[in-house]
Amino acid sequence: MAVLAARPVSKPRRLGGAAPYVLLVPALVLLVLFLIIPIGYTVYLSLRASRVTGGGLGLRKESFVGLANYVGAITDSAYAHSVVRMLGYGVVVVPTMLGLALLFALLLDSRGARLKSFTRLGIFLPYAVPGVIASLLWGFLYLPGVSPIRAAFEAVGLPAPDFLGAGSVLFSVANIGIWGGVGFNMIVLYTALRGLPSELDDAARVDGASELQIALRIKVPLIAPALVMTGIFSLIASLQVFSEPSTLQPLTDSISFTWVPLMTIYRDAFVNNDIYTAAAASVMLAIGTLAVSLTVLSFLQKRAFGEDR
Amino acid sequence: MSTTAVLERTTPKLQSAARPRYVSTAILVLVALYCLLPVAWVVIAATKGPEDLFTTFSFWPSFNGGFGYNLSHLLEFRDGIFWKWALNSLLYAGAGSLLSVVISVTAGYALAKYKFSGREAIFRCILAGVLVPQITLAVPQYLLMSKLGLVNSYWSVLLPSIISPYCIYLSRIYASAVVSDDMLEAGRIDGAGEYRLAWSIGIPPMVPGMVTIFLLQFVAIWNNFLLPYIMISDDRHFPMTVGLFSMLNQGASQPALYSLVIMGAFLSVLPLIALFLFLQRYWRIDLVSGAVKG
Repeated sequence: MAVLAARPVSKPRRLGGAAPYVLLVPALVLLVLFLIIPIGYTVYLSLRASRVTGGGLGLRKESFVGLANYVGAITDSAYAHSVVRMLGYGVVVVPTMLGLALLFALLLDSRGARLKSFTRLGIFLPYAVPGVIASLLWGFLYLPGVSPIRAAFEAVGLPAPDFLGAGSVLFSVANIGIWGGVGFNMIVLYTALRGLPSELDDAARVDGASELQIALRIKVPLIAPALVMTGIFSLIASLQVFSEPSTLQPLTDSISFTWVPLMTIYRDAFVNNDIYTAAAASVMLAIGTLAVSLTVLSFLQKRAFGEDR
Repeated sequence: MSTTAVLERTTPKLQSAARPRYVSTAILVLVALYCLLPVAWVVIAATKGPEDLFTTFSFWPSFNGGFGYNLSHLLEFRDGIFWKWALNSLLYAGAGSLLSVVISVTAGYALAKYKFSGREAIFRCILAGVLVPQITLAVPQYLLMSKLGLVNSYWSVLLPSIISPYCIYLSRIYASAVVSDDMLEAGRIDGAGEYRLAWSIGIPPMVPGMVTIFLLQFVAIWNNFLLPYIMISDDRHFPMTVGLFSMLNQGASQPALYSLVIMGAFLSVLPLIALFLFLQRYWRIDLVSGAVKG
């Protein structure tokens, strides 16, 4: 603790001595073991490859290859397609999910709504259903020959929608993601709305503002911090979509084994046994996600938090 | 501002308010029904044996013993491996989230209530950790675990599940908001040690935050698929998500398994719903929405 002793003790809280370090030790050890070391090891692996050397005997030897794996992953059309699909998925899921969550939260918070506890719990319930199980349930609701939704369309003489077709499967997967996430975001936003002082609401109403004006002009700007939080976490979640398409994969030809980047990484690491390319792709996916979320965060924070931070 | 005067009035424009009331209630009810649709489907489908599953009307239960057939066949499937998966899920999620709470709360308390050199650097690292998706770390963690020879063991799923930068971040916010500096000072003047202070003054007000972190982490581990899918190849160590996924894949060649998979999905959804109904009144969701200010 030489560092601490050398400084003038200005705040009494520093009297803790070794205590804060001791309290932090378990977390720091685990952070280093399962966050920092894996990241470092992956960066290391991403710069190496296993090459056949020694001609006839075909000895495989690991060696430094520079950025070859990164180039390999970027030029692999499977990665390019899966990244485009992932971005498309994010563009569909994040705005739809947040827009709906905000709408439902405002409706729950509006004066007139009835049956609040039933509807709140009903919309929230899918949060408790694991992504794999959710995809399994929706998979049976989508599957031609089994789907009761298709049966209902046919019963009234309409053409049955093809949920698992090449053009529609992205939206079918997005529907599962939105179904699973909208309730949690709704509850977070609803809780933020409930935290607003009711005087604001009353004052605006006395001044003749309509429910819609109150919602858009007063409530939404005030819960901006909660919107930013839910937005960032929805964004991160949508960039790591994996279990939904993997579960639907056996049910349809429209989902390939490289449908989203994580599935492609999985294929490289565990099917093709090429952990080096998988490592390079993991690094790029992590950096990409970090970059996107930091950009969105700094942009939104300036607007939403103002002088708050 | 005279709030009381406003509250004493009856709602102004009663007639025009009546219509939006029904509209908003109707929208919410429709959405809730949509959200419950797959859950209702699985409850009904669980009553159908393999011969009824795809032949009878989807939203009407069967009463010819399908439920009992599915249940007994699922529980006998591969010598009762479904029970094993359920217990594994409970172990991963239960032990993982309990340990996660302990580690997050001690770290969050230290970050919130002490000034020490390196504090800001550590906190920045943790914030960066929140934004790096855990799931992109799964492959790196696998590579590390295989170096350590821990792949295919309970530890390979449990250990990475314990550390959650997000939970540490939430703990720090909550500790700053609820643990009183004045009481800590008073304790110090009375000569109490730092660990005693942390235990008797720091922990009690943090209990609602701990329940929240426990629930968030429990759901995250229970629902996690990629990590156990990568780490574990021995099906006796599978959690339910990976177990049911493997059954579904076998179902592609043995359709008789589908009705058992559906029963398994039904059984796996029940415990989390029960946990939420039980604990939802104790958790502090405003922690997540950023309403608790650090």
